[in-house]
Amino acid sequence: MSSFLSSSIGKKLIMSLSGLFLIVFVLVHLVLNSFLLFDSTGELFNAGAHFMSLPVIRFGLQPVLFGGFIIHIIYAITLTLQNMKARPQKYAVQNLGNSSTWSSRNMFVLGGLVLVFIAMHLMHFFVPIQIQGNVHDDAQLVKALFTDESMGLVYTGLYVLGGILLGLHLAHGFWSAFQSIGFSNKIWRKRLEKVSYFYAFFIAAGFVIIPLYLHFFA
Amino acid sequence: MADKILKELTIRVWRQKDAKSKGKLESYKINNISGGTSFLEMLDILNEELINKGTEPIAFDHDCREGICGMCSLFINGRAHGPDDDITTCQLHMRKFKEGETITIEPWRAGAFPVLKDLIVDRTAFEKVLQSGGYISVNTGGVPDGNAIPISYDDAEEAMDAAACIGCGACVATCKNSSAMLFVSAKVSHLAKLPQGRVEATRRAKNMVAKMDELGFGNCTNTGACEVECPKGISIANIARLNREFLSATIKE
Repeated sequence: MSSFLSSSIGKKLIMSLSGLFLIVFVLVHLVLNSFLLFDSTGELFNAGAHFMSLPVIRFGLQPVLFGGFIIHIIYAITLTLQNMKARPQKYAVQNLGNSSTWSSRNMFVLGGLVLVFIAMHLMHFFVPIQIQGNVHDDAQLVKALFTDESMGLVYTGLYVLGGILLGLHLAHGFWSAFQSIGFSNKIWRKRLEKVSYFYAFFIAAGFVIIPLYLHFFA
Repeated sequence: MADKILKELTIRVWRQKDAKSKGKLESYKINNISGGTSFLEMLDILNEELINKGTEPIAFDHDCREGICGMCSLFINGRAHGPDDDITTCQLHMRKFKEGETITIEPWRAGAFPVLKDLIVDRTAFEKVLQSGGYISVNTGGVPDGNAIPISYDDAEEAMDAAACIGCGACVATCKNSSAMLFVSAKVSHLAKLPQGRVEATRRAKNMVAKMDELGFGNCTNTGACEVECPKGISIANIARLNREFLSATIKE
């Protein structure tokens, strides 16, 4: 088993399984966020946020989620370092534009930027709500961030950018995860890619619309 | 119709004395090249000029010059086997280039493929991967009668498509990670799809992947660049099959 985990395909399997787990998580997260769109009083969102603060979620599921992130990040760094070492001398001219997509070649950069975004995002919401626990109206906290007189537009822009970066990461990551598991062939590749692009667009659009809505219409 | 003549081209090529020396790109002018000239013939013409001038000719790999031996390589203007699709460098013609163009030619770049001289790289790593499992251990006898061993049409086609791999190394050269997954997957697939190769399929996948990792090839990130640049159009569906074979080999243990 240890030889399996140290093999290139074994490491990629871990990347894909942790990735698929995070793919499910972002959907759950988006569904909860969307409560802000459907209920302007914020009660629905607060109920959702309250549910997420229940001990069973906080102490049962959250550690698993953080574990998923950490595994995904550690293996991404390990694999990327190995890949950089595999080509000690670079090409003077390299034209990859017509053989692969930009997002597929820049997964590590996109992932890194998403991580920076997540760090900022945790400071904005996770720390005050779940760590300090001094927030009673979660929806109001979210609205206040995006409608802040001086910084509201900046935060809206950053969250829109975060959504787009996540979408680009998922556009390759989703179908790639299935390929790494071995669940792909000539027919399913095309299907998976279509689902991948649709899912990535759906998630990105969702995370982009919510801050824009709150900034301009709430 | 007469071929177009390219009056002047600049050839920027990697020159490296031997495996230990440090190489660099050097530029040469070449005149009056017909569009019907193959890329390697153009290099032959340039080499003749260099020899006449008393300069060391450019060393490059080539053999059959009809696209089936897998010997020619060359990373031309940033692409493996140059700007045309589904061909090897020997099948590339000068009509694909423009008048006055600067053509940059580099050897395959990968830690596992060290440069020996100029544009020649050592592809022994591929042979080592094959030696670790890319064969059938038993004597399968002479050519069997047609349909003596029933094999479905689709399996036979997929096995043949994977067997089209000529082992040129364009997949490794193109891959941003220098991964050899397309090569290894083709070699695993063409045997895994046939009954004679099925017997050792799991052992083969395990050993070949272990050897590939050991030789310092990178990890596949599914960019798909390899299948686009592969002169034989090997599909990355084979990589998915290799992943399946490898995972099932691990579970069976």
